[in-house]
Formats: sequence, structure tokens, C-alpha cells
Amino acid sequence: MRKILAAVTALSLAGLLAACGGGDDDTTSGAGSASATIRIGSVYEPQNLDNTAGGGQGVTEALNGNVYEGLFRLTDTGAVEPLLAQDQKVSDDGLTYTFTLRPNVKFHSGKALTSADVKASIEKVTAENSKSARKSNLKVIKSIATPDDATVVVTLSSRSISFVYNLSYVWIVNSAATDLTTTADGTGPYKLGEWKRGSTLSLTRFDGYWGTAAKNAGVVFHYYTDATALNNALLTNAVDVVTSEQSPDALTQFSSNAAYKVNDGRSTTKLLLAFNDKVAPFNNVAVRQAVSQAIDDKKLLNSVWGDYGTLIGSMVPPSDPWYEDLTSVNAYNVDSAKQLLTTAGFPNGFTFTLDTPNYDPHPTAATFLKSELAKIGVTVNINTITADEWYTKVYQKHDFAATLQEHVNDRDVVWYGNPDFYWGYDNKQVTAEIDQAEQAKTTDEQTALLKQANKTIAQEAASDWLYLYPQIVVASAKLSGYPVNGLNAQFFAYGISKS
Amino acid sequence: MSRYLVRRTAILIGSLFLAAVALFVLLRMLPGSPANALLPVGATAEQIEAARRQLGTDGPWLSQFLDWLGGVATLDLGHSLISTLPVGPEISARLPVTVPLTLTAFVLAVLIAVPAGVLAATRADRWYGPVLNAIAQLGIAVPAFWLGLLLITVFALNLRVLPAGGFPPDGWADFGTAVESLVLPVVTVALVMSASLIRYVRAATLDVLGADYLRTARALGATAREAFWRHGLRNAAVPVIAVLAMELATTFLGAVVVESVFALPGLGSLLVRAISQHDYPVIQGVMLVSTATVLVVGFLGDVAQRLVDPRLRLRSAS
Repeated sequence: MRKILAAVTALSLAGLLAACGGGDDDTTSGAGSASATIRIGSVYEPQNLDNTAGGGQGVTEALNGNVYEGLFRLTDTGAVEPLLAQDQKVSDDGLTYTFTLRPNVKFHSGKALTSADVKASIEKVTAENSKSARKSNLKVIKSIATPDDATVVVTLSSRSISFVYNLSYVWIVNSAATDLTTTADGTGPYKLGEWKRGSTLSLTRFDGYWGTAAKNAGVVFHYYTDATALNNALLTNAVDVVTSEQSPDALTQFSSNAAYKVNDGRSTTKLLLAFNDKVAPFNNVAVRQAVSQAIDDKKLLNSVWGDYGTLIGSMVPPSDPWYEDLTSVNAYNVDSAKQLLTTAGFPNGFTFTLDTPNYDPHPTAATFLKSELAKIGVTVNINTITADEWYTKVYQKHDFAATLQEHVNDRDVVWYGNPDFYWGYDNKQVTAEIDQAEQAKTTDEQTALLKQANKTIAQEAASDWLYLYPQIVVASAKLSGYPVNGLNAQFFAYGISKS
Repeated sequence: MSRYLVRRTAILIGSLFLAAVALFVLLRMLPGSPANALLPVGATAEQIEAARRQLGTDGPWLSQFLDWLGGVATLDLGHSLISTLPVGPEISARLPVTVPLTLTAFVLAVLIAVPAGVLAATRADRWYGPVLNAIAQLGIAVPAFWLGLLLITVFALNLRVLPAGGFPPDGWADFGTAVESLVLPVVTVALVMSASLIRYVRAATLDVLGADYLRTARALGATAREAFWRHGLRNAAVPVIAVLAMELATTFLGAVVVESVFALPGLGSLLVRAISQHDYPVIQGVMLVSTATVLVVGFLGDVAQRLVDPRLRLRSAS
């Protein structure tokens, strides 16, 4: 027994020496890093592991692109590129899409990817019990055919220029897999390790991956409910990177320390003062403009995020193709706001109730708005509600005058084309433009139409877009290759290496 | 005593049943729906309806309640509406964090509070009596999360001797690491808890010190110290045991805040999350387990009081 122990010790010592010996040349960042496990700190723990069963933001962050892949991928810079689809053909009428699948793709369970899996995966998103936010986007699908194992033919009922983009949200899942809320079977560079609810979720490198192998041996997501606890974990090296910094006050302790890097990325999360555009007084365009102009967005952003974050003046973030700087529309101007109120028939102002979600930054923003609007004689009653109440009262019942809310996704300006959406904005021309944009033959045409629609909603102050959140990834200076923009909460971990 | 135990056990089971009924009904009266936690902004009206139907939360309460109760009787606490995982294992996975945290903190708190409380009462004339009392007063005013943050700043961020939070993913497999990660949370809970305990112990001791039987004992020739040790301490223990039982029970769930500050995957954090998602089976499971704990601890406290004080036994026998 003692001999065996000695041999084991000698071997491990040799291994240790070999590892140390490589320190001088580039093998540390190459071979050394390939065996490293990256510890990722996040506040978004998945609710379950299925993105069509209400897994939430956390499941996208941990599994999208890492464990599951789509036919297409939305890159960290917002571009759509082919992933499991090797080739696509679109018919002249824009109604038939033929996708050829990449060969030699295997699921983690070992099964080969076939067109049947793709069909089943798309149908999972459009199924009756699907909880996917993309369900309504994919309603346009009329039929899916699988002429052979490598070919998928999708027929649409009407043109949809965003179809390929929407497919980047559809995870290709093994059609034979069961119980995807607690297990996973995808084609990505990692397979699911273990999920310890309330604590960690680990991913390990998948050796049978068709593409470039992950640059690390695996990642472990460490979940925190408290932002301070998360920052402390980074400060004490319990985690290597924080996917999305939620606590602006904590930034100085990292930005002033050379051991950390603070990345100021582009988010798609907008903070909105959403009016109920269907009921008085906010059914009056002049009132909405007045309220928008009375609020100093710059000052608000500064007080919440300091030098981070940007003003966009509309619903479109810079990563959308139809972005335009509209901060000059209904810009901060108290005198003009007062005049607008007078023309609207409220020379002495009015009073309204602001339904305010009880979590940051909404209460802070609400107090700020209250003091800003007091300057033009408008009295704000702040009504603090839970996220759950917001969903029932505001989102479902439309029982509100104005509310604060953050909208996280890219390309969600299209909600202004739906008069039944919670804010009730109803402009026939905008609805038509947004519908036509989806039917457009070219992306240029789509872009032009959405720019036009966006300009109109900005001019009519359909909502007041207070600011665009920063996307701040804070990481140990030893780390490289992590995504900095995290569009739609994705966090591709396979490129990360640790020196 | 055995007849007392039987009666007391029957009361225990009855209370647990009533608590289960109350819990079930009160939860269903909350506004909101678990469907809200599952659906993203952008969900259509049909999706919301489909989710409601699928979750089965639209059925009659009575049948939902009987289903749940039937499950509980066979130790099946049902499945989470959100994660679809069974609730029982979910709870037992959290116990290895919450139980050691609570019990260790409790023992530590008692070890601090009993001597400190007695000293604060008996040594009111020395300098440390009032000081102990003042510290206890201050301790009651300090919120647990603040104390936790303070300890993290000092011991984790500055001195780097202990982790700032978290619990090893493989649990108690690595005993040393697991213990390390519980040191600061245990100290936080113990300090907060001992502050209020010190005051109870002090009050109970002062009560006893003024009692006739101590005067009698001293008249019979015992010194103040002898009289207190032989007669006083035992009498002071009776009200303190009742308080201890209450404290232990509340700490069991009172660790919620501390679990969040120290990012511990315990029962408290499970409950908080479940409440925000209206995950009824999880809330019911956690609350049932903790209610049972409170009742059992209360029961044990009663029994302990009887063992310490023979007068209570006589009263129930007559």
C-alpha cells in the first residue's frame, strides 16, 4: 500500500512540475488553460432547464450556445450567422426556406443530428403549451418537411424577413430526449454537468463537438441572490467573472484595481416610463411629450449608473440594424413641457399614479420622476408593486395610468405595432409599417420601414425611454475571450481562457 | 408524565393539521399566479391561459388540498410548478446547510448568553455588568444582514481568512471547506440571537434574585453564591427554556436573510424564491417542515421545563 502511495505521489509531483515548467513559454495560456475550469458568477439562476417551459433568463445565459445550438446564432455583436444550418435557400416568393444541416453533428447523448430533431425542436417552440417568448414570431410557419436526414424545408404562410433571426432563438434538441426541464441533450461545445439548485450549475467540455472545442475544460455558474454577495465572491476569487454587474456602487472597487477588468458593453435593456396610451390623460400626445420633456434623462442615468449606460431616445438600441440616435426628439426642456401641458388643457398640471416595481432601479427612478414632474405641476403618486402584481395588473389587465419597466430584448420595437400590447399604443401607420417591415423583400427595406416607425413613436412619445442600461462584465484580469455585450442575456463561455 | 406525553403528542398532530389547512388556504388567497413567473413579457393571452390550465392551479381548492394531504401522508410533497422537480428531495438537499447553521448558531448563542446574562444580573455593581447589558441592547438593534456584511468586510475582504460566502458545490464532501463557509454565518446568527437571549437570562436571573426562597436560603446560612447556584439557577432556567425553544424555532427560518447575504443554498433562500414565484408545492413543503420543527421544538421545550421544574409535573397530575 505504501508503495502505491509513493508512486502516486511521485507521479502527481511530476505532473505538477511539468505544469510549472511550462510557465515561461506560451503553454500556460494554451495547454494550461485548456484544463482550467472557469467560475462564473451570476444572479440569474435558471428556473428550470427548458427555454420553452419558462426557464427564464438564467437558462439562456447558461445553456444558449454553450449546451444548445440553433440553426443560426446571434453573435455577441448582434449579427446572425449560420450554426447548425450549413446552407439555406429561400424561394423567390420568400415563403419556402430550405436548410441543409451541417454533417457529423452529434448530440451529447451520442445520437446524430437529423432533420427530424430540427422539426421537433421548432414544433416544441410553437406547441400549444409553449412558454417561449418567440412563439408568436414563429406563428408564420405553415409546415415543416424533412425530405431527408440532412434537409429541412419550412413553408411560411406569409413573408417573414426576421424568420432566420427568430430561428437563432430555437434550440435544436434531441427529439428523443425526455425531461428537458432537469436534464439536457444538445449539440453544443459543453454538456450539462450537475445542477445543484440554489447554488451551482456546471458544464463540461464535450469531446465529440463538431466545431472548435471549448478553450477551457468546463465552466461552473455560481448563483447569488444578493448582488453584494456576488461582488464579494469576485473580490475574494471565489468566482472569475460576473456576467452582468447589477450594482453600480460596487464598480469603483474593481475599476481602481489592476487585478480586474471592467468591460462597458452594449446591452439591449431599456428602462421605460410606459404610459397607458389608451386612457386619459396619456391618450393625449401633447401630455406624453410634456412629461417626456420634463424629465432630465441624463441626470437620472448619471445618478443611477454614473458614467455608464447611454441615452437612446427611443425603443431601438444601437445593436439593432435600424438604430438611430433620437435623443433630440422630445429632449429635456422644461419650458416647452409647460407650454405643451397648457395646449393640452392642463395649465395647472394633473395627478397620476405610477405603478412601480419594487426592485432596483425602479423605486429610485420613480422618486426622481416625481421631483422632475413637480416642476411642471404634475403630481406623481408612487404605487409600489411586486413583479407578480405588475404582470397581472399592468401586463394582463392593462389597469394602470403609467408604469416603470425594463424591456430586455433586442428588436422589440415591434411591440408598438400591436395595439393590444399593454401600453396600448395605437397608430395605424406605425402598425402598417411594422407589418410591412416583416414582409419586406430586403433587409434594407425592412430597416427603412422600422426606422420610420421608430421615429414616429419617438415623436409621439408613445413611451418615455429613460435610458439604455450598460452591460458591465467584470472579470479577473487573467481571463480573456468572454463575451462583453451579452445580448438577450446570452453568455458564450467556450471562448474563455484563463492564464 | 406518560399520559401527559400522549396528550401533548395528540395536540402536536392536531396543530400540524390545522397549520396545514391555514397554510393552504392563505396561499391560495394571495393575488397572482405561478404562470406569471414562467411567462416572459411578450407572452400572448392564449399562452397565459394555456399555462394556467397546465399548472392545474385553476382546479377546485378542496381536491387540490386533498391531493396534497394524501401525498404528505405518504411523504410525497409533490412537484415544484416552476422547476418540475420533486419538492421532498429539494428540501432535504437544503437541510445539510440550514440545520448545521441553525443548531451551531443556537448552541453558540446559548453558550454566550447564559453566562453573560447571569453576569449582567449578578454583577450589576461591577463595571462589566452594565457593559454586558449595554452590548446586549446594542446587539438587538443591529440587523443581521448588516452584521453579516461587517464580518465579511473584516474577515473575508480585508483579512482574507474566511470565504465571503457560498457553500461548496459538493457539500460536506470536503468537510473543512464546508465548515469554513459556515463560520461567518454561524457567528452572525449566534451574535444576533444571543443579544436578545442575554436580556431574557438577565431578567429571569433578576427575578430569581429578588425571590423569597433565596432570602430564606441565605437566612439558613448559605452564601449568596451558594443560594443562587443551588436554588436560583434552576428557577431562572424555566422561563429561559421557553424562550430558547421559541428562539431555536424562529432561527430555523430566521436564517433567510443571513443565507442571502452569505449566498448559502439553504431552506430560507428556497422559500424566498418559491414565494416570489407562487410555487405553491415548494412553499407548502418548506412551511410544513418548518412548522413541524417549531411545534416539535416547542413540545421538547415543554417537556424540558417539566423535567427542570417538578411543580409543573404536579400541576398536570392533579
